Amino acid sequence: MQVNEKKGEFKPTIVAFCCNWCSYAGADLAGTSRLSYPANVKIIRVPCSCRVNPMFILRAFQRGADGVILCGCHPGDCHYSTGNYYARRRMTMLFSMLDYLGIDRKRTRVEWVSAAEGTKFAAVMNDFAQTITELGENVKLGDLRCKE
Amino acid sequence: MQRVAEMMLERAKALLADGTVNRVVGWEMGEFFYDLTPAVFTADGLDKFVYNGFSGANLSKYMIKECAKDGKALVFLKPCDTYSFNQLINEHRVDREKVYIIGVECRGMIDIRKIRDMGIKGVTAIREEGEELIIDTIYGEKKCARKDALLEKCLCCKGQEFVVYDELLTTGEAFTVGGNNRFAKVAELEAMTPGERFAFWRNELSKCIRCNACRNVCPACSCLQCVFDNPKSGIASKANADDFEENMFHIIRAFHVAGRCTDCGECSRVCPQGIPLHLLNRKFIKDVNEFYGEFQAGADNTTKYPLTNFTKEDVEPSIVTNRGGEN
Ligand code: SF4
Ligand code: SF4
Ligand code: FES
Repeated sequence: MQVNEKKGEFKPTIVAFCCNWCSYAGADLAGTSRLSYPANVKIIRVPCSCRVNPMFILRAFQRGADGVILCGCHPGDCHYSTGNYYARRRMTMLFSMLDYLGIDRKRTRVEWVSAAEGTKFAAVMNDFAQTITELGENVKLGDLRCKE
Repeated sequence: MQRVAEMMLERAKALLADGTVNRVVGWEMGEFFYDLTPAVFTADGLDKFVYNGFSGANLSKYMIKECAKDGKALVFLKPCDTYSFNQLINEHRVDREKVYIIGVECRGMIDIRKIRDMGIKGVTAIREEGEELIIDTIYGEKKCARKDALLEKCLCCKGQEFVVYDELLTTGEAFTVGGNNRFAKVAELEAMTPGERFAFWRNELSKCIRCNACRNVCPACSCLQCVFDNPKSGIASKANADDFEENMFHIIRAFHVAGRCTDCGECSRVCPQGIPLHLLNRKFIKDVNEFYGEFQAGADNTTKYPLTNFTKEDVEPSIVTNRGGEN
């Protein structure tokens, strides 16, 4: 891929929205357990997975993200009981629409990670980063004004 | 059509006279004969009232403002318009008690754009004769089949059922309208490669001039403060600064009405750029039907809309990533 050749090794920018009660704590646990996950995963803490408005995802892409992942409590375990069930429907619809517009569907993902799943958190991030690295730079969605 | 129009006028006069309503919401002639616009009439202005093949405008949304006024208003709704009105009842945007609804028969509305696309220019008048349209132009008389000149929404007509009304005005004559599969084009797009889809949409969406007509006409878009009016949103009522904003505006517009869009077709009808917005709405409708079960917004007053509802067994978003085809 030309992009990679030009820039040397391609390091994707990944935005991870993590709910405060499970996934963010899971990320914390991964940290305190000294598990490694890519440093280019930028975590944004949200109160609940259902706080994530479709616009957040699009905005992240616009500002140069190569992949966006949403992590929340496992279905049934949401701190607010049902938030992640709504988020699940919304994200399914949004991802399907992105696909319909011809935008790489592998650049978006939802994973359920509990506060006890530090290992899962690290594994998920490593796997996602790997996928995005293989896909290369996100050219379809970036805002040209944000590039040099 | 002419007969229905006469019946409508007669009923409007009678209901105004006996005090049931104090005004009438209907259509009047706009700048051009094919450019009917929604209007509010009182008894002495009724001579301007028109109902013909260009009464495509859905009057439901205007009832939000009318409900804030005193007294009861009479509104004429075509079958598909009643779904929009019903949806507005569900969203508590209109007061059913303040509206007297007359459901009117509709045999499909004409799309002036389609007539122009046939290469017919200088149109001065259009008459309907059975299944034919007689078009007077400055170059002489032209003819075309009525069904070739119908609005997209009418080709996929929901049927002649009225889901909410106080009385009905129908001729009782048999006729057919619609019959096309509304998801055919969506399925066709789905079958393309992502690259082709991307090119298709970029071509369509890059025509958008951000006039916001699609939002303003939409009965489902009734928020007092819209995200697109928020200067901080970065996409507030302005020309697109780059390709991405086109996608962003359109994804968000369609997403905000997902599950509430009745597929009334108004957005595509009013778009000055002819962008097929219905293809975005119908994609959401198709997905909802496939993922969460058949749903028609506005069909009843009890079913919860798909995006404010859930089941524990819902599909995971990974269904999108894992379904066949290339990325
Ligand atoms: S999005 Fe279009 S088709 Fe759907 S309700 Fe609004 S105007 Fe009608
Ligand atoms: S009506 Fe058409 S041109 Fe106007 S904002 Fe909507 S899509 Fe864009
Ligand atoms: S609090 Fe974690 S998903 Fe709702």
